[in-house]
Amino acid sequence: MTKNIKPFLRLSGLEPLVVRPESLFINIGERTNVTGSKKFARLIRSDNYEEALSVARQQVEGGAQILDVNMDDALLDGEKAMTTFLNLLQAEPDIAKIPVMIDSSKFNIIEAGLKCVQGKCIVNSISMKEGEEKFLEQAFICKSYGAAVIVMAFDEKGQADTKDRKVEICQRAYKILTEQAGFHPEDIIFDPNIFAIATGIEEHNNYGVDFIEATREIKRLMPLTKVSGGVSNVSFSFRGNDTVREAMHAVFLYHAIRAGMDMGIVNAGQLEIYEQIDPELKELCEDVVLNRKEDATDKLLAFADTVKSKGKAIAKDEAWRNEEVEKRLSHSLVNGITDYIDEDTEEARLKYPNPLDVIEGPLMDGMNVVGDLFGSGKMFLPQVVKSARVMKKSVNYLFPFIEAEKEERKQAHIAAGTVNEEGAGPAKILMATVKGDVHDIGKNIVGVVLGCNGYEVIDLGVMVPAEKILQTAKEKNVDMIGLSGLITPSLDEMVHVAKEMKRNNFTIPLMIGGATTSRLHTAVRIAPEFDNGVVHVLDASRSVSVAGSLLNKETKPEFLGGIKSEYEKLKKDFGNKKSAKSLLPFSESVKNKYQINWENFTPVKPSFTGTKVFEDYDLNEIYEYLDWQPFFIAWEMHGKFPQILSDETIGSAATKLYEEAQLFLKKIIKEKWLTAKGVVGFWEANAVSNDSVEVKNQDGKKLQLEFLRQQMKKAPGQPNMSLADFIKPGAADYIGAFAVSIHGIEPHIERFNKEFDDYGKIMLQALADRLAEAFAELLHARARKEFWGYATSEHLSAKELIEEKYSGIRPAPGYPACPDHTEKYKLFELLNATENAGITLTESLAMYPASSVCGWYFAHPESKYFGIGKIAKDQVEDYANRKNMPLEDIERWLRPQLDYET
Amino acid sequence: MKKTIRECLNERILIIDGAMGTMIQQYKLEEKDYRGARFKDWHKDVKGNNDLLSITQPQIIQAIHLKYLESGADIIETNTFSSTSIAQADYDMQSLAYELNVAAAHCARKAVDDFMSNNGGSEKFIAGAIGPLNKTLSLSPDVNNPGFRSVTFDEVADAYYEQIRGLSDGGVDLLLVETIFDTLNAKAAIYAIKKYFRDTKKQELPIMISGTITDASGRTLSGQTLEAFYISVSHANPLSVGLNCALGAKEMRPHIEELSEIAGCYTSAYPNAGLPNAFGEYDEQPDETAHIIEEWAKEGFVNIVGGCCGTTPDHIKHIAEQVKKFEARKLPVSEKELV
Repeated sequence: MTKNIKPFLRLSGLEPLVVRPESLFINIGERTNVTGSKKFARLIRSDNYEEALSVARQQVEGGAQILDVNMDDALLDGEKAMTTFLNLLQAEPDIAKIPVMIDSSKFNIIEAGLKCVQGKCIVNSISMKEGEEKFLEQAFICKSYGAAVIVMAFDEKGQADTKDRKVEICQRAYKILTEQAGFHPEDIIFDPNIFAIATGIEEHNNYGVDFIEATREIKRLMPLTKVSGGVSNVSFSFRGNDTVREAMHAVFLYHAIRAGMDMGIVNAGQLEIYEQIDPELKELCEDVVLNRKEDATDKLLAFADTVKSKGKAIAKDEAWRNEEVEKRLSHSLVNGITDYIDEDTEEARLKYPNPLDVIEGPLMDGMNVVGDLFGSGKMFLPQVVKSARVMKKSVNYLFPFIEAEKEERKQAHIAAGTVNEEGAGPAKILMATVKGDVHDIGKNIVGVVLGCNGYEVIDLGVMVPAEKILQTAKEKNVDMIGLSGLITPSLDEMVHVAKEMKRNNFTIPLMIGGATTSRLHTAVRIAPEFDNGVVHVLDASRSVSVAGSLLNKETKPEFLGGIKSEYEKLKKDFGNKKSAKSLLPFSESVKNKYQINWENFTPVKPSFTGTKVFEDYDLNEIYEYLDWQPFFIAWEMHGKFPQILSDETIGSAATKLYEEAQLFLKKIIKEKWLTAKGVVGFWEANAVSNDSVEVKNQDGKKLQLEFLRQQMKKAPGQPNMSLADFIKPGAADYIGAFAVSIHGIEPHIERFNKEFDDYGKIMLQALADRLAEAFAELLHARARKEFWGYATSEHLSAKELIEEKYSGIRPAPGYPACPDHTEKYKLFELLNATENAGITLTESLAMYPASSVCGWYFAHPESKYFGIGKIAKDQVEDYANRKNMPLEDIERWLRPQLDYET
Repeated sequence: MKKTIRECLNERILIIDGAMGTMIQQYKLEEKDYRGARFKDWHKDVKGNNDLLSITQPQIIQAIHLKYLESGADIIETNTFSSTSIAQADYDMQSLAYELNVAAAHCARKAVDDFMSNNGGSEKFIAGAIGPLNKTLSLSPDVNNPGFRSVTFDEVADAYYEQIRGLSDGGVDLLLVETIFDTLNAKAAIYAIKKYFRDTKKQELPIMISGTITDASGRTLSGQTLEAFYISVSHANPLSVGLNCALGAKEMRPHIEELSEIAGCYTSAYPNAGLPNAFGEYDEQPDETAHIIEEWAKEGFVNIVGGCCGTTPDHIKHIAEQVKKFEARKLPVSEKELV
């Protein structure tokens, strides 16, 4: 049978990108452009390529399907910058997977870029501005590197501004490219020039129409070619007024895409949704884009002034309150407004035949809009959680009516002698944080997002034993189980749950998530234990599509089949890789310990030995030490703080969240919702062997701390570190420890649960976590300057603190430098932390309250953070020996570290 | 009149020859054999420089070619896998690159002429083999400096250009860019081919392209999926795209199946004789290899088949016999319209 190959534009990075007729509009990431992004330009100029790569990564994560790279800057050696950046990019598979668009007005820079990229790129751009000969030569060069090209509608006479000129130039270029340079039509992309409109100059008024109509004509005459453009140009005259600009972009794209525009360099996250634009503004934008009215520009300018002076939120006014009830409900859902939800719900209830219709009708319609916006990266998690709050409030309002009606139906059935039949209802998903773990922010977020997408979520809370999970799953007849966990021992508990599911013949799939989990761990350890589907979910936004694929009978087999083969491959690769990675014999790694010249070091004696307790530390003071970046990460908004607040894509959502968090925090502090308790302690200590430190508590009782040592093969001169290396052997040195905790969250969580306010609940949990961390940071600073006093002259800003510019470290048991959680027992004993800070340890050694932090203090100026990495059996045996613990027990605690199978 | 390779490909599955290195090993050559008379005083050891044998022991190279032709190969590859100035630098023989290619092409031509005069008849084609180089353009040799490259695109393209000039002057019928584990190297080879034929205004020779999937991940060493690789080299407008080396026929099967689905040109596959055993030897027997490849032919995956590392004339003979009963894969139709 003969196959047919379609003439699609096919591009590639490490992975293919095929542009089919049914493909949606293609977003080209614009931030890796020194002319368009001040931040990126600054990073490249300061040779900070690492962070520049993270800009690229954010683009990919934000949904860019092609990455536009531009290095046209007078202060830069463009060829060199392009080469350096693209070479580095090739080493980042998560970025290099998408195709590159090499963007420059200088052809030498384009060619330098083409020499670095193995995939099929797009050149942006070539044109006939210097004549046909030059154009043909450049086209040949692009072709010999296998690139597709963007052709600007530009010729010897200049840039085309009218429809006829645009079409004429594009046709002429097409003829040259296909007939003389051997280009396939599908490899040609036209940029018919988007110019600013509504500039006040009359000749500019028709530029929007010219582009749109030229696009339509180009696609009619040359249907295999593509059309692209830089969208933000169109609104150039409204610089500084994002409300108007975004609306103009949305209106422009709406019409241009319908005319055949395939792709564009846009800031996808900032696009206003066409349907959502304020109707008055939309009308005005359509007037200018489509050049429908003579006074269109003046009217839009007048409107822009009102927006500018009043600010965006106010400009939106309350006009939406005059809409139909369905529109009002949808508006409240999308914008997370609870103010009118009860009255609107009541109105809808009276309008619809029965209350369930309100849920299935206008409420679900609204949530579908939310789901679509979130799925396409146009709404962000905090906004979605607020939408969920509105939904829950509305459903809660309807609940008694639904129950009453149910009862009525039941009675009717009984009276008629027919059996009461319940509707099938939405799919049920059981969620739980596993036994021994107390962390549930992530799980709550996933629950909310799944709830928003129409699933019934049964949340069993934290520290849930396997038996309870399975029992509830059976009783409630759930369709899927989702497990969450934050600390490493939870991984084993998840394996246990999987085994139990198999033993009990469960056939429903299992979803795995949480900070400590990974695709690899799921593939290697959990998936092999349960045959009916185990899927790792990276974050809340992916949980929806995973749940959707798993719960749809048609897609499930294929989806699970794909996951299964992917996991089996991961597992196999993992097995292969391990043998290749070489570890040193433990004895060798000890020989290569970190060498400190102890002769020259006189340990500073702390101002006291023993412990000091803080019963109720002033939260205002703690607040000063708050690190906001992890707070945004908890809300799945990734980026550096405070830059995230001005980020082009998520900046406005981030700013909103930040402002609300500030208010929330002020309330917490003012109304004394929470109490900060903590304890610090210092004791005489000295290294008694290579990896053991002896501590003398205030009663003179001796306690031996055991540490692990890096065992990977290091480059010459690089030591194999152990925390024990930082404590002086023989003679007296000191070690410190701390434990802090934020108490009092429970009644507020309960209240939020009652009010169906997930937003408040997650906000409170996330802030409590941040306060605990800030308290730890504060006490560490005081320890350095005051209690231990080895850095009395330290003066660091909050930023420098976060960057860990201080001397000495505070590593926590269970984390990379000392991954054994069981050493926490000794830390707790020394500090008497349960009594002094009110923290209890679960069987997995998670701390409760969940917002708690503990760790050791090391003072030596050369002490530093590091990760232990993988360790071999010889070290584990030695360690078990030292700790006087059975080998199997310690292997269980250290499983993520082990380089071997047990 | 002699048929063109396209005409032959439309009629049947063509056979490409097996390993050159494996066959040379059987001669157990010593340093002096490699040197011959001309390089007896060369300042560096040259044992192992198999490409040099095209100059110093041409009768051996011709004999190997002849054996493959006698076992049924339709296409033989010139002994030029490392005949570039970059690869020859290991022996300080970069200045010989052009000559090596001409000499190797002559060896192949002589073998074809001998075969024709003894057996008459059918068409045989000489493919100028263009290997992957010992330096890569997409990967850094220094793990601590991922942006570093040990060679530039221009240096690679220049080296390939010289090789292509030698092969073309030596009279090859096809150019075969093979064992591609870094697509950017292959793109430099394609760039050089296009440039050479544009510069000289000669008729461009048909280009065969053969990538290497390094493991079961289905990706090249430089990280591309098979489809991404195919898209990245399709501007060569190749006669064929295929896979060779790294995998045995068994492991190569899913990839060749995928390729046969997406490739708009002819497809080729010449796997190793299985995976190496614990001693690094290939021990898959000719009938075993042939049996797997027979199934590919039956499924219509391939147009050109043969062998890579560890395969011998016996493997080729078995493969040729097994696939001749099947029709070749039909060349897909490249549509000109979207609907």
